[in-house]
This record gives sequence, C-alpha cells and structure tokens, in this order.
Amino acid sequence: MSDAVIKCDSVYKIFGTNAKKMLQESNGNVDAKTFQKNGCIVGVNNASFEVSKGEMLVVMGLSGSGKSTLLRCISRLTDATDGKIYIEGQDLLSLNNKELIELRRNKMGMVFQSFALLPHKTVLENIAFPLQIKGIETEESINKAMDMVKLVGLDGRENYFPRELSGGQQQRVGIARSLAVEPDIWFLDEPFSALDPLIRKEMQDEFLRLQEKLKKTIMFITHDFDEALKLADRIAIMKDGIIEQLDTPAKIVLNPATEYVEKFTAEVPREKVLIIEDVMDKPTTNNLSDIKVSKDEIIENVAEKILSQQKSVAVIDENNKIIGTVNPSRIIHTVFGGRKK
Amino acid sequence: MELIKKYPKLFQWLFLLVVFFALCFAIDVPETYKFIRGQAEFVKDPNQSTYILFGKEVRYYAFDNFWRLPPLLGWLPIWINDGLFFLLNEWMPMEFWDSATQEYKTRPLVLQISRNITAFMTFLIEFIREILLGGVETIVAFTSWDFVSSYSWAKLPGLPWTIVAAGAAILGYKLSGKGLAIFAGLVMVYISVFGQWKPSMQTLSFILVAAPLSFAFGLSLGIMAYKSKRVEKALYPILLVMQTMPQYAVLVPAMVLFGIGDHAAVIITMVVAIPPMILLTLLGLRGVSPEVIEAGKMSGCSNWQLMTQVLIPTARRDILIGVNQVIMVCFSMAVISAFIGAKGLGWNLLLALNQLNIGLALEAGLCISLIAILLDKMSLAWANKQTDYFGNLTFFQRYKNTIFFGGALLIGVILAFIGSFFFKEGFNYFYEVPHNKGISTADFWNKGVDWIWDTFFQTLKIFNTWLITEVLQPMRALYLRMPAVATLVLVVGAGYIIGGIRSAFTVGCLALFIALSPWWDRALVTTYMATFGVIASCIIGSVVGTLCQQNEYTTKFMLAVCDIFQTFPSFVYLIPVMMLFGVTDTSVLIAVIVYATIPATRYTIEGLRSVPPALHDAATMSGVTKIQRLFKIEFPLAFPHMMLGLNQTIVFALFMVIIGAFIGTEDLGQYILKALSDKAGGGKGLVLGICVAFIGLIFDNLIRTWVEKRKKHLGIN
Repeated sequence: MSDAVIKCDSVYKIFGTNAKKMLQESNGNVDAKTFQKNGCIVGVNNASFEVSKGEMLVVMGLSGSGKSTLLRCISRLTDATDGKIYIEGQDLLSLNNKELIELRRNKMGMVFQSFALLPHKTVLENIAFPLQIKGIETEESINKAMDMVKLVGLDGRENYFPRELSGGQQQRVGIARSLAVEPDIWFLDEPFSALDPLIRKEMQDEFLRLQEKLKKTIMFITHDFDEALKLADRIAIMKDGIIEQLDTPAKIVLNPATEYVEKFTAEVPREKVLIIEDVMDKPTTNNLSDIKVSKDEIIENVAEKILSQQKSVAVIDENNKIIGTVNPSRIIHTVFGGRKK
Repeated sequence: MELIKKYPKLFQWLFLLVVFFALCFAIDVPETYKFIRGQAEFVKDPNQSTYILFGKEVRYYAFDNFWRLPPLLGWLPIWINDGLFFLLNEWMPMEFWDSATQEYKTRPLVLQISRNITAFMTFLIEFIREILLGGVETIVAFTSWDFVSSYSWAKLPGLPWTIVAAGAAILGYKLSGKGLAIFAGLVMVYISVFGQWKPSMQTLSFILVAAPLSFAFGLSLGIMAYKSKRVEKALYPILLVMQTMPQYAVLVPAMVLFGIGDHAAVIITMVVAIPPMILLTLLGLRGVSPEVIEAGKMSGCSNWQLMTQVLIPTARRDILIGVNQVIMVCFSMAVISAFIGAKGLGWNLLLALNQLNIGLALEAGLCISLIAILLDKMSLAWANKQTDYFGNLTFFQRYKNTIFFGGALLIGVILAFIGSFFFKEGFNYFYEVPHNKGISTADFWNKGVDWIWDTFFQTLKIFNTWLITEVLQPMRALYLRMPAVATLVLVVGAGYIIGGIRSAFTVGCLALFIALSPWWDRALVTTYMATFGVIASCIIGSVVGTLCQQNEYTTKFMLAVCDIFQTFPSFVYLIPVMMLFGVTDTSVLIAVIVYATIPATRYTIEGLRSVPPALHDAATMSGVTKIQRLFKIEFPLAFPHMMLGLNQTIVFALFMVIIGAFIGTEDLGQYILKALSDKAGGGKGLVLGICVAFIGLIFDNLIRTWVEKRKKHLGIN
C-alpha cells in the first residue's frame, strides 16, 4: 500500500541487557522461553503490518501480550531492538532527538490508560499544554484548547483540576489534549479500560462520533475483544509478542487463524459483528423473495426481515445492483450453528 | 523441639541473650578501669600504652581486649585533621590575583577556593542584611572603602520595620489570604515592639540566603541522582550518614575550612539541609507515574521542558516537603551555628543561656520560633498556590499587591522621616526599635523562674535526685558494665536474627568502628541517654497517639500540635527545661523526651490511621469490642509504620542528646563541643559525628529491615 501512514517491518522489542546480541544470534527465530532463560523478556516478536490513512487498527491482547510495547515502539517511547518503522515514509528509528520531538509535536497524539493528566494544571491548561510546549502563544493556545474542550463536551469545567473530575471526564481531557495539536496519527493505549462499563460504552460511542468527523489514522490498544469488534477497521490479535492474526473483525470471527484467536471469537454474538456481505451466497436470479437488503447491514438488524421469508433474499450494493443472495437457513446457521464446543 | 520449631525466632533471641549475659558475667571489670578513657594526647601518663600508625602516635589506656577494644582507629581523627590542614595550607600552591593589595599572591588552591566561597557568601548575606537593616558593605563590595568614606550618602539605608511588616503582610495575603496576612503582620510587629528587630533580621537574612541555596543545590543534585544511577549510588551512603549525623558535628570541620562567621554558618546549613532535599526530590521524581512522563514526551517536550513542566510540578508534593525540611533545618542551624559566630537571634539565645538568663533566652527563642512558623506557613502556601490566569482583571486588580506595597513603602518612609523629628532621645522608633529599648518581658520570666525555684525547689530537687540516683546512675552503670565483646555479639546477633548475614555484617561493621574509635565509653553514655529518652518518648507517644486517634478532632489537633512543635528549632527546647531543672542531666533528658515524643506521637496516629477502614468494619461485624479491635487488629497492622516512627524517635533523641552537651553531659556531644574550641578539632569533630551517626544507623538498619520483612509478611506494600 502506498498510502501506508504507519509501516512496521519485522519489529522486535526484547528487554534485557544482552538483548541485541541474542537477537542477532537467533537469526530472527525468537523463542520467548530460551530468551527468558537468559534473562531477556520478549515484548514484541517480529511484528510486520501497515496502517493506511484514515484507518483504525485495533491491537487486542491480554496483559503481557506486548500490545502496549508495540505501541510504544511505534511512538518511540521505547526504541525497538530491531526492525524498521516508517511513519509517512520517514524512518522513525533514524530520527534524532530533535526530529523526533518535531514529529511528536506535529503528527502524533496519544491517550493513556490512566489518563496521565498533569495534576497541577487545570483542564484547559492540560489541553493547551502540547500547544504551549510547541511555543504557541498563551492566548492562541488557550483559544484552541477551548475549542477542544467544546469538542469533547466539557464546557463549563475548563477551570477544574483533574482531581475534581470523574474518570470519564478525565479521559475526555486526555483525548482533547491528544487532539489539540491536530495530529494525523492518533495512538490510544487502553483509553477506556479504567472506566465503568456504562461510561465505557458512552465513551466508545463518543469516540466513534469523533472519528467519523476527524478521520485520523488510529492505533487503538485494548484488552477487550468486544471493544475491538465495535471500533476496529482491522484487528491485530497479539499473544506473547506475536501478532496471531491481523484482519477485519468479520474475517476474524468467521475464520479464526489460531486456536488462541478462536477462544475469543467463540463467545462473540456474530449477528452483531457480521454484515450481510460476509455471509451472502452467489447471486442467483431464480426463487428470490420480494424484499432486498443492503450488503452493509449488520445481520442483527435485518435478521427478522430475512427469517420471515420463505425464499432467499437479494443483496444489493449501494447502486441497487444485486450482488448476492442470502437464505434464511444461512442466517440461522451463522447465528446458531457452526461453533465448535 | 516442637516449641523451637514453632517459635524459631524467639529461641534465637533467647539464645542471643543467654550468650550476651554469659559474656557480661564472665568478663570482669578490670581494676584499673575508670569511666574517663578518652584519647589522651595531651597528657603523658606512664600507664598509657602507645602505638604508631601512619606516622601518628596514639596513646591510650589499655585493657583486656574482651573488656574494651584498643582504639585502633585513634589515628583517624589526627590524620583527618592533618589532612585538612595540609589541603588548606600546603596543597597545590598557585598564583592568584589579589584585588585588595593589587598584586599576585601564592596561595594553596583549597584555601583560595574557600576564600572565594567565603567572599561570595558574605556578600550575599550582607546584601540581604543591608536591605533590611542598612549598611555600607554592599556598596564597598562594588566600589571601595575610600569611595564609601568620601561620600556619606553611599550606603544602603535599610528598610524601616513598618515597611518590612507591611511587606510581610502583603506577601502573606498574596500567598494565602487574610489569615496568613494577619499572622505575618503580627509576628513582625511583635518582633519589632519587643526589641528583637535587629537580631531577627540578621537571622532572617541568614535564612534567606541559606534556604534558597540549599533548595537549589538539593533539587539539582536530586535531579542528577534521578537521571543517573551512578550519581545516586555515589550519593546514597553520604545521604544515609548525613541523615543521622548530628548537626553539631559538621560545625567543626567546616570551621577549619571556612573559619567562623555567618558565611561558614550558611555553608554548614547547606551541608545539613541538602541531603533531605535530595532524598525528597528523588522520592518525588521516582513517584511520577510513567504514563505522565510518556504523556509529556508525546506532547513533544524536550528534556528540559519535561523536567521543568512535567516532572518537577508533578512531584511537587514531595519536593515541597523537602523545602519545608530545608527551612526547618535552616532555623535549627541558625541557632546552633551561633557556636561558630553567626549573628542574630541564635547568638542572643546562646549568650542568654550561658548567663542563665532564662527570660532573655525565652524571648529570643520565641522570636525565632515565630519566624520559623511564619516561613513554614508561607512556603507551604506558596507551594499550594495556583495561578489563575483567566479572569479579566483590571489594572488595579492585577497589580494591587504591588500598589499596596508601594503605598506601604511611601508611608513607611514618611513615618520614619516624621519619627526622626518626633523622637528626641536619638532613637527613631518608626525606623527601628533598638534592642534594649523594646518592651522586654525578660524580667517577668526571670521572676517566674525564681518563683518556680522558690516554690517548687524542694519537690523538684527530690524528684531530680531520685531520678538521678535511682534510675539514671544505675542505668548508666549498667551500660558501662557491658564488655565491648558482649555488646558487639549482641548487635551482630540481633542483626543476624532480624536481617540475616547481610544485616549482621552491616551493623557489625558500624559497631566495630565505634568500638575501635577512642570514644567507646562516651558512645555508651550517649546510647544510654538516647535509650532512656526513646523508651519514655515511645510510651508517652504511643499512649497519647492512641488516645487521640480515637476521635477525629483530637487527631487533627494533635497533628497540628506536632507540626508546630516540630517547627521549633531544637535548641529552643533547652530553655524551659533549664527553667525547671537547672543545669542537670535531668534537663537534657526531659528535653530529649519532649523532642522525641513528636515523631513517636505522629507516627502512632498515622499508623493507626493507615489501617484500612474495611478492616474496621469487618472487625466490628465480627463483634469485637473497641479494646479488642485496638489490640488484635489495629496495633498489629499499624506496627510497621509505628516502628518507622521509632526510627525517627531515635534520630531525634540522638540529636537532642548531642545538643544537650551544651547543658553539660558526659557523652560524645561533650567531646564535640570541646572539639569546637580545639584548634586541631576538625578531625575529632568529624569522627565523633560519624560515631553518633553510626549509632543511629545501627538502629535504623535493624528497624528498617524488620519493618520491610514484617510488611511483606502482612502484605502491606
């Protein structure tokens, strides 16, 4: 892909004093256990992928799977042990400190799990912080920050201190701060994990609304598979530093690549994840029902309509062209059948 | 055997005690043994043994090696002292330009450096002092004496006290509001009206130099230690020793290097105040969550921005405690450094105590405590202050403090001008109330002391005699009766049981250093006094703390009392006890007890408070009574924290015991005091200080190790 904003090429991150040497000796075949015996911990193991412009890649994994480490390699909060990382074609690892700071000031924004707000600054000052660091004058930065406050819906609380806000509100500040410099690339490290379930859902919806508007290139880290399904354009599932599978939510749910991935997908309500296009058959002209469904509909929304029909239903694309059919039994099979116990 | 398996530690302790007492009884007191057994380099006595090491002759009274070890480190103080002299007077002579005589002079490097530092410090102190009090030194520093003597206007006029008082009140208002403003104003007026203006301003100028310098150095060193493991490792042992080193002991070597006077006092204060600042800076920076640091980096901070705008503000709380500590140490030192000629309230206090004029001492002590409390409150308010930069303020609102100060300046000058006509006898009370012309309460207090003596003399004397003959003397005798070997076995054994081989080795080495120094007996006496003080303080502190903790209001009240008491410079505690008990050991011990009870109480309260409320509820639901809850749940859980309080209690007690030498004790402190007036005392003072520090460190090591194990055992992080 030519428009890849983030590109990783066999990235390794191994913690330990003689990590570099051991990595060279292993010729790229990194086995976590042998490394561990020698006092090295494998964080990221041979990660290669691309994120294109405006795409949201969600990296999903349990704690210790290396997902946060991967993110920190790409934001260069830690230096990758080996491999190449390109940000908009620029070799990230070859940047010197000054260039890196420049890149962060203009291109990157990051949201943290524990919010990481500066306790001594008000909401407004926190949001204006990256702007002031850049050297933008106080008045301008405050105005800009005020816009951000409105964007995340915190108007009226701009002079509060972080400690006076609830978790959800604090994370809104975190989000506003990361967006203040209008970055192209947006990193979110488990932004909603520390929130209550209800607030989390609200924030996810809010986040989707924002993304609809802003169209950033996003890397989103989570340990919550449902959250990944809900938000992602593509999901990368990580285990022990290795990306087990990287695909669209539907394809992951339908064809889990490894047993590990399957464990997550087993419990997923497919009707909520899959769209008609994922399950439709080839178009036929005979024996069709009267109604038609769009290929982008989520199964849950049209299941009742389809199931009430005796015959197959035509699937149309945005130009009203029939591109496939879907049979009621197909829907039943997708939702209820085909799961291994 | 079952029992041994069940309580292995208990049996280890029992075994250790059995060995200890066996050694005590097996080794007899030598017939020639007398208490006084210092290094006797001036007295030649045929009974003395000698040895020569590194060219230093050490004379000492020899005993059986089991009873007292020979002072194999006796050469160390002499050697350090000679080293200091060599550095100062002979090492690396170089040519330096002397601006006073307009020619090159050959001087040793260290001497030149110390001269330069001295000059710089003196300039700083004089500059601030002359802003407050007036004088010519600052202008002399920029021009020359000739210039000043030929132009009579060439001097700083000094601020009238009215302006300083108004300034303090405005500053207080700006920092925190009306309350602090009123307090600041009252303190300044009090100082002036009671005729303590000049010494107070001298002390203040000393602190205004010492505190910011200590803060700056401590902060930078703390940052360096945070950035580099190597710096931290190099600093750590020094910090550890300095934490338990009595402030007195630093006076002596510093006096050798920098002479006497205010500048030397500032340098010593810095030496004492910087270590806690470093530790707290380090603690604060370490405590900043990694995500906040990452957030700073992702915002595009350069290293400098990250430090100044993210790390330091986020670690503010601990750094502020550091600032607070620095100020407290400065006040403490402001008094102690009067011993090496620092001017101000401390000097007056010392003088008054020397003349046994309790009233005068009390006045000076009160003044210094008031200023200490004021600065303490101001620094806290400054730290908690938030900048509010939104508000559309009018010109007046924005600059009202400056305007008010300008007004006060004007009024003050006019008042002083009017005053110069109004007061006939040559003293302008609107400018400065002279020392002997203020209202003095000294007579009142002295009469009070006399009254107490007249009325309670018999009672106090009976108590005093009883305490000395029935408790203190026997206790001291017991401590001195311990053979050195038995003591060492006890210390090493305790180290082994509590912390294993490592701990045993550490405390063993520390104890051995003291045993091999020429002052083992003195160290025993110091320990005995500290032990007595600590035991009494712990009993009082834990009882008071526990009682107060039962109620929220009393808890708050008690913590506030502790705060205020802690603000008093340590020396001030000697005044009231001398009032009551005169110049005796009892006075020192009571001062020790009062002083050391502060941390004991505070940590008891904090420890009990730290017990999670969920456990309270769980206990209540299991139907325990209040007493049961206290003994079965709260005490066991709060105990580790309370033990840390014990640690502080010991350090406080040791400090006070050493300071008590001023009243007259026979321990290490007395020798430190002697070293002050000894030309070759630098090395002695330092080694004596290290001995005291090591006593503290032995207990510190044992308690800390125990607490850590216990916390792990209880699952408290």
